[in-house]
Amino acid sequence: MRAGIVLFPGTNRERDMALALQRVTGHRPEMLWHRDTALPAGTDLVVLPGGFSYGDYLRCGAMAAQSPIMQAIKAFADQGGHVLGVCNGFQMLTEAGLLPGALLRNATLRFLSMDCRMRVERTDTPYTNRFQRGQVFRSTMAHGDGNYFADDATLERLEGEGLVALRYATPAGEATAAANRNGSARNIAGILSPNLRVLGLMPHPENQVDPEIDGTDGLPLFESLAATLATAAA
Amino acid sequence: MTQTPALLAPERARQLAAEYGLKPDEYDRVLAILGRAPSLCELGIFSVMWSEHCSYKSSRVWLKELPTKAPWVIQGPGENAGVIDIGDGLAAVFKMESHNHPSFIEPYQGAATGVGGILRDVFTMGARPIANLNALRFGMPDAPRMKQVIDGVVRGIGGYGNCVGVPTVGGEVNFHPRYNGNPLVNAMTVGIARADRIFTAAASGVGNPVVYVGSKTGRDGIHGATMASTEFTADSEEKRPTVQIGDPFTEKLLIEACLELMATDAIVAIQDMGAAGLTSSSVEMAGKGGMGIELELDRVPQRETGMTAYEMMLSESQERMLMILKPGREHVAEAIFTKWELDFAVIGHLTDTGRIVLKHKGRLEADIELAPLESEAPLYRRPTAETPRQAVLDAAAIADPVGPEAALLTLVGSLDLCSRRWIWDQYDSMVGGQTARRPGAADAAIVRIEESRRALAMTTDCTPRYCLADPEEGGKQAVAEAWRNITATGGLPLAITDNMNFGNPEKPEIMGQFAAAVRGMAAACIALDFPVVSGNVSLYNETEGRGILPTPAIGGVGVLDDVAQAVGLGLKPGLDLVLVGETRGWLGQSLWLREIAGREDGAPPPVDLTAERRNGDAVRGWIRQGLVAASHDLSDGGLLVAAAEMAMAGGAGAVLDAGPAGIPAHGWWFGEDQGRYLLAVRDGDAMLAAAKAAGVPAIRIGRSGGEALVLPGGQSISVAKLAEAHERTLPALMAEAGGA
Repeated sequence: MRAGIVLFPGTNRERDMALALQRVTGHRPEMLWHRDTALPAGTDLVVLPGGFSYGDYLRCGAMAAQSPIMQAIKAFADQGGHVLGVCNGFQMLTEAGLLPGALLRNATLRFLSMDCRMRVERTDTPYTNRFQRGQVFRSTMAHGDGNYFADDATLERLEGEGLVALRYATPAGEATAAANRNGSARNIAGILSPNLRVLGLMPHPENQVDPEIDGTDGLPLFESLAATLATAAA
Repeated sequence: MTQTPALLAPERARQLAAEYGLKPDEYDRVLAILGRAPSLCELGIFSVMWSEHCSYKSSRVWLKELPTKAPWVIQGPGENAGVIDIGDGLAAVFKMESHNHPSFIEPYQGAATGVGGILRDVFTMGARPIANLNALRFGMPDAPRMKQVIDGVVRGIGGYGNCVGVPTVGGEVNFHPRYNGNPLVNAMTVGIARADRIFTAAASGVGNPVVYVGSKTGRDGIHGATMASTEFTADSEEKRPTVQIGDPFTEKLLIEACLELMATDAIVAIQDMGAAGLTSSSVEMAGKGGMGIELELDRVPQRETGMTAYEMMLSESQERMLMILKPGREHVAEAIFTKWELDFAVIGHLTDTGRIVLKHKGRLEADIELAPLESEAPLYRRPTAETPRQAVLDAAAIADPVGPEAALLTLVGSLDLCSRRWIWDQYDSMVGGQTARRPGAADAAIVRIEESRRALAMTTDCTPRYCLADPEEGGKQAVAEAWRNITATGGLPLAITDNMNFGNPEKPEIMGQFAAAVRGMAAACIALDFPVVSGNVSLYNETEGRGILPTPAIGGVGVLDDVAQAVGLGLKPGLDLVLVGETRGWLGQSLWLREIAGREDGAPPPVDLTAERRNGDAVRGWIRQGLVAASHDLSDGGLLVAAAEMAMAGGAGAVLDAGPAGIPAHGWWFGEDQGRYLLAVRDGDAMLAAAKAAGVPAIRIGRSGGEALVLPGGQSISVAKLAEAHERTLPALMAEAGGA
């Protein structure tokens, strides 16, 4: 797997993401710069990591969606490339039109930094094939704007096409209001593109890949990717 | 160009000097140094450099008593931050600093820029910041404006720290009416650098370029340092324009750009523009290097039009740094700062004149000899008055009105002991991917160092009510508790930073508190091999003539050779509970006395430093041998509160034995005797034998299991009920402050 992590001014979870990818691939991913106009040849995964790109002073992710590298990422996605957007990266994907909907201010109107649990809605995707269907895994969220919103027609389409990858849930797997701290529509934590190759999610599974730090609940997501893309490359 | 700047008329100058906070005799010294009246810009420079905030004029004679050396200390007080050797060629760089006055006037920006300032002090030295902590003191939530202050401070700390991507991993909060008009916001940053790549502020090299990087200069924060050196009055609201505005996004870029430049060989010296901005950074860099400095203020990047020399020199606009570069290396630096979209300007050069010379619009604005600006700075040994000693209370003579069960439920929900989750849930504690123990999981925060097995253990501590009753014991206790909290995780405590928050030093009783607290701190630092490597003093914390509780906040840093050795406080079933340390049942100044008996009196618990050291060294040794499953120091609320905190953190209950005969039950359960730990261990007998061999007092006090704390009388309090009482307090109080 040849992965690149994009650095925008204000990106701050690139080191976390690099550690997670290194854990499953054995090597450091490449760091890409927001002003680049092309991706390195042979790239098979682009990661838009968390942070506060451009300070989030406009809508979160809105400035980054206009950066030079985003044109190259759109073309890469159009050609079937894999793109993972986490937190601020998910916001960029919606701003760039690679995923539908928007991330609004948390319903609590506060920044939320806490554990959450996500239920895996399907396991036949490049990001979830190492999970069990319906499996609930723990992660952490750290965002002020993670309240997923889309109009009813879009939500119906996402549900109908099975593009909801992850939903906030209780440890027992119920998608309750209490488990949905940021107020997301239908408890949506992460969604996929129709070809299943673009995933955006708000929580940070890259922080749950090391038993000495915060457990390994997030590791299957990266193992899924590594398995998928190792096969693709072979 | 004229040879002297435009001078103020003598009467006008004296009047302005008083407005800027210079006492008449201090102003006379200014006249003597200059040999003439000052220009407006010169007067501004003297007034901020000689403010309490920048000159430490009331505190310096006492601070000298603190021990600052140890074989592992690389840099003690006097630089932007302290530096200690943590092994493997790595250094920890850290400091704590107050932003009390701005945080009361404008809570969000005051707290946010406090975080920004302390971050710059650390990365200025070449360190990547890896952790933020804080020490907060608020007034009672029902005091005027206080909920708004609490809300704003917490949002401000989170808003800045979350955006720059440095995890906020620990801290402490107290509530007391004496902070109603003067809350305290102390922010601490810890960074990691290579021990052989530490950057300092001492300038050298005649002709070397003076370079300004970061944000543009505006009119915000003018005379902030002066404001921080006076008491609050009813018109403090009008001082809002003296509070700076923070931009954590720019700070993040500045961190990355500075660290990138520091990896080259271009920098001679570097300092952030903190309090007193361009004035203190240029004066201190040139002064420390014994150089002169000449600045062309027209070249300073400016956010507003028509700024005067005085405004530029006094502005405390945030996210700015001043550097001295090697000749010919400007292009290296400029390329990096341009890449990060930050301002970069060569604004002057070093000279051999020993003077600071400022020019603006073709005119000389200031010309001051640097040596006397520092050597002639006021230094006061102000009169001190000892705090009267309070009586030692006898627990047997104090009636217990409610019994342990009700007292425990009240205490775990009380303001000083209730869960801080509402606060830490607003701070990103995980960013960086190295946080091994988050807030609430252990007595100190544990952050692993990238590409290393090592981890830092970090804490902030102070018990201000002890300090009020007996500043010397309180100072000792603050240091000891920081040492104990690090020890309780398995960490080896290495050094501290101190943040001395006190009232008006011109009052002998306040200066007496300060002197006594330093005495106690020094004794503890020596006994525990825990030197002071950096610090900050905040005086004049008074409103309408009433001072805060004396609050010498301590930030402690320790190291674990292997992160896998760290233990937390969460209790699991099937373990023996062993109490380490001597219990006498000390209720004086305890939270039980305040919350249950309604009294705030008596002498605080004394710290026996010999016992502290012996007990702590033994506990750390047992943890490192893998004998301890969970560990918690005993502090506010005593034994039963500690047991409840372990139960809530781990989700397991315990059956507790009765205390020894001769100690009243309320003294046993809630006494705040020092130097104690509660350990959960698999083999209690082996632990007791090890304790006996080490000469450490230890007894078994129960066994974990079940879903409740069961007291010897048979009363059972479910962990769920405890947690409910513990968790509801802050959210309920803050619900009306906006947002759930």
